[in-house]
Amino acid sequence: MEYRVRVEISLKSGHSDPEGETTKKALFELKYPVKAVNVSKVYNIRLEATSLKDAKGKVEEICRRLLANPVKDNYEFEIEEVK
Amino acid sequence: MKKEDVRICVMRVGGTNCDAETKRAFEDLCVKAEVVHLNQIVNRKNLLSYDALVFPGGFSFGDYVRAGAIWAKGIAAKLGRDLKKFVEQEKPVLGICNGFQVLVEAGLLPGFDRVSEYPQAALATNEPTGYRCKWVHLKHENSGRCIFTQKIPKRQVLRIPIAHAEGRFIFPREQEKEYLQRLLDNDQLVFRYCSQEGEYAGGAYPANPNGAFYDIAGICSVDGTIFGLMPHPERAYYGWQLPDWTRREQVPKYGDGKLIFESMTEYLTKKF
Repeated sequence: MEYRVRVEISLKSGHSDPEGETTKKALFELKYPVKAVNVSKVYNIRLEATSLKDAKGKVEEICRRLLANPVKDNYEFEIEEVK
Repeated sequence: MKKEDVRICVMRVGGTNCDAETKRAFEDLCVKAEVVHLNQIVNRKNLLSYDALVFPGGFSFGDYVRAGAIWAKGIAAKLGRDLKKFVEQEKPVLGICNGFQVLVEAGLLPGFDRVSEYPQAALATNEPTGYRCKWVHLKHENSGRCIFTQKIPKRQVLRIPIAHAEGRFIFPREQEKEYLQRLLDNDQLVFRYCSQEGEYAGGAYPANPNGAFYDIAGICSVDGTIFGLMPHPERAYYGWQLPDWTRREQVPKYGDGKLIFESMTEYLTKKF
C-alpha cells in the first residue's frame, strides 16, 4: 500500500532560530505587527508500507536517522493512505 | 612507517570543493594523498588500505536536509563496518568544515561513547544568520590528547579562515553543562574562537563568527585520533594565502594551518 506522509521538522524550544529572527525583523520593517517567526522544514513523502502501523514505524525511523538531529530538532508527521 | 609510505584518503562526494587544496597540503609534506569518491571506496572495498581519512570542506549534497547529514548517513550505511575498524585501529580521521559537520552527524564527534547512534551535538545555522567567509583567530586549548595539534603549544593563537553558514556548535540544551564538562575532562576541546590578542570571544560576534556555544571551533574524539574543526587549515597553509601577505616586507613561507597537517603526518610516521 502507498501512503502520503507530511513530515515537519522544527527547532526544539530553547534553541535560537536566527532565520526566524531575521525574517521577523524583515516583516517588521515592512510594517507588519509580527510578534514571532519560527522556521520549520516540511517534507512531503510517498511511501510504500504493508499497513498504517508499518508506515508509522518507517517514518519514525526516517525522522530519527536522517531528517532530524535530536540535539536541536523536533519532528511530527501526518500519514494518509493513497487510494 | 616512512613518510613516503603514508597514503591518505581525501574523500569526496558531489559538492565537495576543498579536496584539491587539502591534497596539496599533504603533498607539500611529502606524503601521498589521493582524492577518492565515496562510491569508489565502496566498490573497491579498500578503505582499510589507507592510513588516514580526511573529509574535506564543501557543500556535500547541496547541504540539503542539514549540512553534512546526507554524507554522514551515506557513510554509515555503505562503509559503517570498515569505518568502525578504521577508527578502532587509531588511524587518524580529520574533518574540515563540511567534514566536521559530517563527523558530528555520523556520531563520531564528540563520540563520548566511541560512536553514538544519533548525533550528540549539532552545527546549527550561524548566529547572526548567513554565510560567512572571513579570517578568525583560534586559541589552542588541548593539553596533548589531540594528535592533530601536537606541534601547537597550548594557548597559542592561530589565524585561519572560516567559510560556512552552519557552524554554530551546540549541545542538547538540557545536557549543555554535562557535555561541556565531559569535553573538558576528556581533553577533547581543541580550538576556541578568540580575539587577535587571544581573549575568548565570549559568544560575541565578530570574534565568535557563528554564535558557537563556549566559542567552540574544533573538538577531537576521546582518544584524540578523530578531529573536526570549522576553520579551513588548508586555506592557511602557505604564506601567500594569508590576507596581508602583500603588505609584509617578508612573506612567511607557511601559515598556521600547516601545523595541523604536520602534526597529523608526524603521528602517522611515529605510530605506524
